[in-house]
Amino acid sequence: MSWAQLLEHLPRLMDGFWITISITTLSVLIGLVLAVPIALMRLSSIRILQWPSYFFIFYFRGTPLLVQLFLVYYGSGQFRNELSEFGLWTYFREAYFCAVFTLTLNTCAYTAEIIRGAIQSVPKGEIEAGRACGMSGILLYRRIIFPSALRTAWPAYGNEVIFLMQASSLVSIITLMDLTGVARRIISDTFAVYEVYLLVALLYLVITYVLAFVFKLIENRLQRHHRLLS
Amino acid sequence: MFDLDGYAPMIIAGLKNTLLVGVSAMCLAIIFGLIGAWAKSAHSVVFRFIANLYTTVVRGVPELILLLLFYYGFPQLVQDLASSLGYDIMMDLNPFLAGTLTIGFIYGAFCTEVFRGAYQSVPKGQAESAMALGMSGFLLYRRILLPQMMYFALPGLGNIWLVLIKATALISIIQLDEIMRMAKIAANATREPFTAYFLASLLFLGITVISMVGQHYLEKKWARAGASG
Repeated sequence: MSWAQLLEHLPRLMDGFWITISITTLSVLIGLVLAVPIALMRLSSIRILQWPSYFFIFYFRGTPLLVQLFLVYYGSGQFRNELSEFGLWTYFREAYFCAVFTLTLNTCAYTAEIIRGAIQSVPKGEIEAGRACGMSGILLYRRIIFPSALRTAWPAYGNEVIFLMQASSLVSIITLMDLTGVARRIISDTFAVYEVYLLVALLYLVITYVLAFVFKLIENRLQRHHRLLS
Repeated sequence: MFDLDGYAPMIIAGLKNTLLVGVSAMCLAIIFGLIGAWAKSAHSVVFRFIANLYTTVVRGVPELILLLLFYYGFPQLVQDLASSLGYDIMMDLNPFLAGTLTIGFIYGAFCTEVFRGAYQSVPKGQAESAMALGMSGFLLYRRILLPQMMYFALPGLGNIWLVLIKATALISIIQLDEIMRMAKIAANATREPFTAYFLASLLFLGITVISMVGQHYLEKKWARAGASG
């Protein structure tokens, strides 16, 4: 197949591209919102708060994403009656929901670990200085700990987002028509195996480095107080 | 709980192939990584360019795409090239070989960065004093640089192994009988998909835990060797 013929399939690939982007964006945003309380639970000195988040992070970081995806998408069928009772089956029947659900939990575990590390690396002196100024509780977190932790966590978080975007290609295995899913469909229509995969690989490469560039720009902005020194 | 009508032992038997692919791919990744790190520090512009291209491309493309590209695309490419030359051949890759090569190739790019960092961590004086003793080239690399690089590279390699072993689950897509594929067969046969995949996930968790303990032990041991030497 010639490259010109291949370009005819570009609109279909664009549809897949948007599914990849939407699944990634949803998972990353919800995952981030959930990761903050989980990281705080993990850092808590209260055992009952600490243990569940420890096991959650441990399980989702210690098992392959593919297993998690199958566990949710196929595994939920085993509890169909129970899920129907609570009216949840309509959601778990949908591949899109299962994909976002699993990717959210997965990225949430990794992000929580990044946030935990970043919060722990906030210099003691900054916290003490904050307390000396009379801050405590939420104010201390909002003004001192979170801004400092954000700067530490940002590069690692950028890697996590890129990793999740690439890992989202796995959702094609549970029948979703993301970039990879569309590629496999086009191949079964045209038998142009390597041409299509090479084109899709190129698209992923572009998304990866655009994301990396955007994260770097924001990192520079976050680190702007260091600019004069360097 | 994990009876699965007698299918549970089958999933556990898949562990053997998972570990086999994992260990072979890790060895391959270390070899790719050493070559890549060497190429990145080479004087030749061509070598540096190839090594940079390798790490840039591999880290920018999902593993699944690379696996499919190699397993399905590569034989097709060979067949197309052969038919344009007038030959008619059929080519099929062995899933074990294709999986090991792809995973090894991908994680070789990550190993490249780890080894490059480790190489830069070895004090310059080490290589200089070895040269003063008359060592050069491969001997210098084998006796002086490599042992010290390994010490610096160990934490990074441990992390790569933990990610790599989870990535082997992907090979079930190309029908290699490892944990995931066995779990899928068991899930379909017993209609207990959750139990089957949960068992599979626990096996991966087990590998992770044992690896982390092993890594901790090795790091302690090597740290002692580093301190006394």
